[in-house]
Amino acid sequence: MPTVSELNAPRAEIVAEPIILLDDVSVHYRIPSERIGSIKEYAIRVLQRKVKYRKFSALNKVSLTVNRGEVFGIIGNNGAGKSTMLKVISKVLRPNQGCVRVWGKIAPLLELGAGFHPELSGRENIFLNGALLGYGKHEMESVFDEIVEFSELGNFIEAPIRTYSSGMSARLGFAVATAHIPEILILDEILSVGDEAFQKKSRDRLQNFQKQGATVIMVSHGLDSMIAMCDRLVWLDHGSVRMIGEPVEVVAAYRGENL
Amino acid sequence: MANIAKPVYDSANRASPALAELREIKNYRYLLGQLIRRDILTRYKRSFLGVAWTMLNPLGTMLILSIVFSNLFNAVQPYPVYILSGLIVWNFFSQSTNAAISGLVWGGGMLTRIYIPPTIFGVSAIGTALVNLLLSIVPLILVMLVTGAVIPWTIVFLPVSILIVTGFALGFGLIISSLAVFFPDVSEMYQIVLTAWMYLTPIIYPETIIPENWLAFYRLNPMYWMVKMFRLPIFDGRIPTWAELWPALVWSVLTLVIGWLFFTSKTDEYAYRV
Repeated sequence: MPTVSELNAPRAEIVAEPIILLDDVSVHYRIPSERIGSIKEYAIRVLQRKVKYRKFSALNKVSLTVNRGEVFGIIGNNGAGKSTMLKVISKVLRPNQGCVRVWGKIAPLLELGAGFHPELSGRENIFLNGALLGYGKHEMESVFDEIVEFSELGNFIEAPIRTYSSGMSARLGFAVATAHIPEILILDEILSVGDEAFQKKSRDRLQNFQKQGATVIMVSHGLDSMIAMCDRLVWLDHGSVRMIGEPVEVVAAYRGENL
Repeated sequence: MANIAKPVYDSANRASPALAELREIKNYRYLLGQLIRRDILTRYKRSFLGVAWTMLNPLGTMLILSIVFSNLFNAVQPYPVYILSGLIVWNFFSQSTNAAISGLVWGGGMLTRIYIPPTIFGVSAIGTALVNLLLSIVPLILVMLVTGAVIPWTIVFLPVSILIVTGFALGFGLIISSLAVFFPDVSEMYQIVLTAWMYLTPIIYPETIIPENWLAFYRLNPMYWMVKMFRLPIFDGRIPTWAELWPALVWSVLTLVIGWLFFTSKTDEYAYRV
């Protein structure tokens, strides 16, 4: 594994070409003040003009750019908008205001193996999960053997997923999600998959992606590992950008306020 | 440092959600196949008879209804063929719309995590129901042979009937599943509506028992036309006339267009709501 200083050294392939652009992005969740569960109730309320919403801003006028090849980290307290930001970038949520532009294909590593079906075999789930991630038949066939090998499942690949241990299905989920080198990789606190040996293997794979020029957006509460891995950090606070810059400085400012 | 290339994703640039969604379904056609495959394989995965249940199910219902009602409705002969030809279309409609609801509720968990075109759940529900529909034509033909009915050449019209009812079921499934996301009560209510709707459609009883002055009311029911259009070439051995066909066609096209526009006008909200 490379040392911290090696990782912090600016990498040659970084050119200032934006791959993700957030321009004045706001995301509001409308939360009804009271729960309205039936159409009848809803219709009555609309007629009475009584549907009241509380507006909750998960992101508030956020503008930033991520450059191609960069490892970009997001830090902040719980509820600061970190996950919302990942969702806005990966097309899951469309912002209520402002715009998001992305110049590349995104591989989301959120909730690995979420689409697995317990009754289907590992083999069948590899194709199902790959399809959920937006890959086609040939793309999955070309990496199938490699996925089986990386996930260390051996003969279990023909058994239904319900017979797997949680570690096994997490390994399979990671192997499917990282089977292709993505242009943009989104990581949400998932570096704790499997045993120690597998964690090292998965970390090596992610570092290999970075070396090959993939852009990485990551969220983690482990501040020290964020300093070690990221080129730049953004600190989110109640949906707004507090600071963007050198990881060491941003973490120092964040710690200064929160510890 | 501005990037002048066209972005792969631009949240501000979207002409029409309905058209954009069509394009996404085309991009995700492999997922569509995988979802249909999953639903067909897993439904009977642990059962001994497996997919054969798709054929045994309507057969069993038909058998019970035949025993219970054959004396009452002995004017229609052969009664088992009469029931089965209506039941198959009805099952297709009720299964696909229910699957659209449960698919979107299941998919809702995925929609908040990764991007998937949300109409894919309604479309895959139709795909699964279509496979089941085709499979249940096998017992229908068996019953026809057993009851000594002649298999008329007019069954070549069935693909047209299937196409029309597919459009209607897809449009309706999209509307009802979208409503069910916003109002959870809808899916419970829909089960009751389906039961009432089935008895208001001439599936187990002959059309001749409908009182004359009620007929106008029956003709407002789209499923009345769907069942008729499917049953005529099988049971009566004739191609539907234009007068019998156009109401089904109009219902189908209108429901599909309205359903697609309605569902896709809400695509941005599902990830917020489900």
